[in-house]
Amino acid sequence: MSGDHSTYNPTTGFGKWMDSRLPLMRLTHDSFVSYPVPRNLNYAYTFGAILSMMLVVQLLTGIVLAMHYAASTGIAFNSVEHIMRDVNFGWLLRYMHANGASFFFVAVYLHIARGMYYGSYKAPREVLWILGVVILLLMMATAFMGYVLPWGQMSFWGATVITGFFTAFPGIGETIQQFLLGGFAVDNATLNRFYSLHYLLPFMIAGVVVLHVWALHVTGQTNPTGIEIKSKTDTVQFTPYATIKDGLATSVFLLVFCWFVFYMPNFLGHADNYIQANSLKTPAHIVPEWYFLPFYAILRAITFSIGPIDSKLGGVLAMFGSIAVLFLLPWLDTSKVRSAVYRPWYKLFFWLFVANAIFLGWLGAKPAEGTYTTLAQISTLFYFAFFLVILPVLGLIETPRRLPNSITEAVLAKRSGSGGSKPAAAAASPETRG
Amino acid sequence: MKTLLASIVPFALAAMIGATPALAAEEAAGGTPHYPIHHPKEVEWSFAGPFGTFEKAQLQRGLKVYSEVCAACHSMHLVPFRTLSALGYSEDQVKSFAATHETEDGPNVDGEMFTRASVPSDYFPSPFPNVEAAAAANNGAAPPDFSLLAKARYVERGFPQFIFDMFTTYQEAGPNYIYSLLTGYEEAPAGVVVPEGAHYNPYFIAGPALAMAQPISDGQVTYDDGAPETLDQYAKDVAAFMMWAAEPHLEARKHLGFKVMIFLLIFSALLYLTKKAIYSRMDH
Repeated sequence: MSGDHSTYNPTTGFGKWMDSRLPLMRLTHDSFVSYPVPRNLNYAYTFGAILSMMLVVQLLTGIVLAMHYAASTGIAFNSVEHIMRDVNFGWLLRYMHANGASFFFVAVYLHIARGMYYGSYKAPREVLWILGVVILLLMMATAFMGYVLPWGQMSFWGATVITGFFTAFPGIGETIQQFLLGGFAVDNATLNRFYSLHYLLPFMIAGVVVLHVWALHVTGQTNPTGIEIKSKTDTVQFTPYATIKDGLATSVFLLVFCWFVFYMPNFLGHADNYIQANSLKTPAHIVPEWYFLPFYAILRAITFSIGPIDSKLGGVLAMFGSIAVLFLLPWLDTSKVRSAVYRPWYKLFFWLFVANAIFLGWLGAKPAEGTYTTLAQISTLFYFAFFLVILPVLGLIETPRRLPNSITEAVLAKRSGSGGSKPAAAAASPETRG
Repeated sequence: MKTLLASIVPFALAAMIGATPALAAEEAAGGTPHYPIHHPKEVEWSFAGPFGTFEKAQLQRGLKVYSEVCAACHSMHLVPFRTLSALGYSEDQVKSFAATHETEDGPNVDGEMFTRASVPSDYFPSPFPNVEAAAAANNGAAPPDFSLLAKARYVERGFPQFIFDMFTTYQEAGPNYIYSLLTGYEEAPAGVVVPEGAHYNPYFIAGPALAMAQPISDGQVTYDDGAPETLDQYAKDVAAFMMWAAEPHLEARKHLGFKVMIFLLIFSALLYLTKKAIYSRMDH
């Protein structure tokens, strides 16, 4: 991670001694202080910091919750209530953890949307993007298994439905399902292994996050213009410029998060999960958490068979495919221009994609019948068409707007356009001031 | 980011509003009927909103209704007597209230279970030894436990109401549902077939009728604080009490929330000013 921007200069005797043995402080300094970032990063680029914070919040609250939780079908539900009622600030830990999962996904979806809007996945950042999709997958697995732990009705039936997907695969399906469940139905073995994995996966996420940040620091960050850094005037130091912006965005994000934690902690959950799991009583509607709803809608949209693939397998393949296609995104987008700012048609289709994803989420919460199914099929079609047709074709036929020659030029053009009054020389070289 | 959000919202709204009338029309045209028939009535609760607090007198009345009426069939096994001090009772009052109940204990030195008067550390004893016994005694439908019921019932509010709910911090769906159900019994309209042993109630979440007959009516419980002894008041009081039983730390949560909000607002403002000062050094 350390490169030619290293300005670390140990001043104390211990600092010098340590630096020649294990340059940990140099690594930290070079990564988070002197690291050069584009000078034009906007608030859409703060979700990396927000996500790091959310991961830490989830880890810390989760570790303390685990001290009080008991993973056994007989007492799991009551042990969560014990946390809520008897553990000091247990209600806070539990509400932070449950809502923290939701806000983790809020941040990650905005982070992904930013990456798509500004074309962050394009060469040379393919590996960075793929690592991000791996983190998303790990997050989904972690969130799903975490939701099973309180052992409420939706925990139990959600686990039953989701693990049931695997039976769709011909031949090996049932074996996979039994392997996941540790038996023939969701039961104590399932709860125990989910608990074990729910504790393990976050640390795997942390590991992949390190790789993600490493890859980021190798290629450098993109920026709203999508133009690579060309000279020193294009960049500013990570600290204080990016640090303070990340800090402000994180604080505002926490405000919204805390609004939910303290004033409406059950808004994002399901009332049914306050009823203990009962294998003999199926809830009227089995609905996943909101962050899975778009994928759930895609799953249920496939109501028809295609050749040897029946509707169940088709749905499962479509659902997994909707994530798998993200891995291919760097190669599906044929445009040489990164940022949607300079791609008028891509910009339009990007926002349609966002609206479509939200619409799919809404459909996922509705019963799979009548008009809803038809709408879900249209939406699913658009979801895949966006990646498999629109992106490849658009890159070939779209005429992008003229790109500025450099980040600095773009910034100064914007400034003079909006009536800035700073002398260009001073503005062009922020490093010489301050 | 501003443009990002500004662009998402109108698209999403347009997409959803466009679709909604068509769907509503189809629902009305037939197919599976949707329950509850009526949406729950909305009551003004003292514990609603960011500054909400429980009204102790109301919780005490609710406890009285629960003890004298509901407790005959409904358990509340996650709530210990000791927590009743939150309703404004003294330690002695809690002790003597607990002592009016019986808890099974044991085994004793002879290896036998025995019952004794309850103490504050005991939990509310259940009226039936197990779910099967509860179901057998109640026409096949076990009366649900009260510990979490106020958080375990939610009637879909639909789009766009659920968006507004994020801003009004609407978390009272449970108590509203309980109040509506208790005050919602009526004669079944012509054409509605009510199964044998069930009772018509258009507010019931899972069908046109439920196994529980109207459990309480005007004048059934005597209040000693002058509150009206009406079904309406009983229903409100017991629903508020159930909200407390389900969320005993609600007040502490909202109090702490206010402090956290103030802190974060000031902290964000300071960060904003710092950011402005730092970025005034350059164009960005």
